[in-house]
Amino acid sequence: MNHVFRLQVGPVSFRIGSQWRRPVAQLRRLYEGYPEPEGVCDFTVRLEAERVWRRWLRPSVAIRGDYVLPDAAPLPLAQGLLAAEMGMNLQMALGQKRFLLLHAASVERDGRALLMTGHSGAGKSTLGALLGERGWRFMGDEFALLDLADGRLHPFPRAVSLKNESLGLFDGVDPARLGPVLTGTPKGRIRHLRPNGEAVARMGEPATPVLILFPRFGRDLEPTVREVGAAEAFMRLTQASTNYVALGESGFDALTRFVGALPCRAIDYADTAQAQALIDELWAKA
Amino acid sequence: MRDARPLVRLLRDPAGAGQVKDWTSLVAVARAESLAGSLACRLEGLELPAPVEALLEAARRDGEAGRVQALWEAEMARRALAPLGVPIILLKGTAYAAAGLEAGRGRSIGDLDILVARPALPDVERALLAAGWEWVKEDSYDDQYYRRWMHELPPLIHRERDRMIDVHHAILPLTARPKPDMAAMIADRVALADGLFTLSPPDMIVHAAAHLFADGDMAGGLRNLWDIDRLLREFAEGDPGFWPALNERAARHGLLPAVGRAVRLAHHLYATPVNWCQAPISKSLISEATTPAKIGARHQLAAADLLYRRRLLARDGWGRARRPLIRLGFYVRSHWLRMPPLMLAKHLWVKARKPRR
Repeated sequence: MNHVFRLQVGPVSFRIGSQWRRPVAQLRRLYEGYPEPEGVCDFTVRLEAERVWRRWLRPSVAIRGDYVLPDAAPLPLAQGLLAAEMGMNLQMALGQKRFLLLHAASVERDGRALLMTGHSGAGKSTLGALLGERGWRFMGDEFALLDLADGRLHPFPRAVSLKNESLGLFDGVDPARLGPVLTGTPKGRIRHLRPNGEAVARMGEPATPVLILFPRFGRDLEPTVREVGAAEAFMRLTQASTNYVALGESGFDALTRFVGALPCRAIDYADTAQAQALIDELWAKA
Repeated sequence: MRDARPLVRLLRDPAGAGQVKDWTSLVAVARAESLAGSLACRLEGLELPAPVEALLEAARRDGEAGRVQALWEAEMARRALAPLGVPIILLKGTAYAAAGLEAGRGRSIGDLDILVARPALPDVERALLAAGWEWVKEDSYDDQYYRRWMHELPPLIHRERDRMIDVHHAILPLTARPKPDMAAMIADRVALADGLFTLSPPDMIVHAAAHLFADGDMAGGLRNLWDIDRLLREFAEGDPGFWPALNERAARHGLLPAVGRAVRLAHHLYATPVNWCQAPISKSLISEATTPAKIGARHQLAAADLLYRRRLLARDGWGRARRPLIRLGFYVRSHWLRMPPLMLAKHLWVKARKPRR
């Protein structure tokens, strides 16, 4: 491949190859300060023209790599950075077998981790990123990696993808941490945010999970807390996991231990201030 | 990495792992060829850099989870079909795993492939549909085509477990020129402990070779040839009767050319030990190769073998398919093998007129 970028994120490493210069240049800038993987990369991502001529003519980026989805739609070259991010997610979702993968945001304080999971739009990503700017260590907003052997959470602090309205919440951050604004993507307007220096410097440190939250965002919701039983938490987390089925028994063991040992709460909120107040309250008791 | 040779070398000789410079490319090739689990098992116990070891360990665990799931799927089919009282013969990966064969170690197993006698097909189909399997394709041309000309039912998928089953009644499409003796193959089956069956050792090789060289476009060929290497080693070791039996079976099923090619290429790529005096070889070659010198030359690759070899190795260090022309050639050949020219023309005409999904 003409342009190559290697990236270490927590315990996972990627080799990203591209036929075009621009996506790799954007990745380099977005992930400035991240370590370079030593030795083997866990996953290969390829950004290549869907058809030979589409490299030059209305260039369109097909997302390929070690693991592929047969019917993944290509993206225009202007969204090449998003294609790279989606390519890395795809490798994780389909190929990661070292950890139980939970579609969740996680943050840490004093070696103890808070995990937030929920449907797309529930606000876990935004909340994770906000807490990461307010005294917590940001561990990741896309995937939480649950260790199959010891039950700890490993950080996976990739760039946060801020979508649509949530972009405005991060106006104060150092502009050097922000990627280009990508418009007209399948998920609307997107801008990537590099996690702060602490999150990057400590990406090798796992943490012990102590609290699971299922946040739900809605403009007319009353702030409420509801206890979630282990069985319900288990079912919801199997749905939030991309590799639970593939891991077989080891995934089942890890997940039952996880929900059996931790308090689980569902929280409703109408704005981030409410959410933060609820989280502080629950964290003090956890 | 320009082709898959470094992967083949390492599978053949794991001791070379210390010299590997570019593990990332090697792993990309192994994954693209569905050989990551097999490679990981092959390299087990060697002193390797920690990140490499972690990656291989995950591949081994993945292979083990896949093995358990494949055997469970076989058990589900066994339960669904047991009341019929017809023998169910496991094929390919599931068979290797169920029989505890070396070829099953770390092997990725996709669909469940079973073989039943053709007259049992309607009952088997009904029993599977009643037990939760559903049709994958809803297209009436495809459905009819499968039923009339193929060696298997249209694929079925289980509605809860999301796993596919291919129900075969023969090992090659009915339109293919070789006509394997399916009654003999089914009669010679070997019982497993749980009431399921596998093919006999020689027929297992014949099936693997037929699948690789007499059907399909050689996709995943490097893995299928690795199966053949492992099977030949295990079956031939300590059984002097194996090579003659393989020869006899290959001839009986009309598949001497495919089996002979499989043996030659496995020997050349994976250093499979072969008893050349008794190994399967086409009749035309036997008559020429009667002097000791000519028998010695049997292991040499035929001219056409070189083309197959290029196709098998056509994968670069990014996991990309290389040699598009050779690939296209084998793709065209796969259709040519499958049906007589007139029928092929009609088939392509119908397919071309259908809207692409």
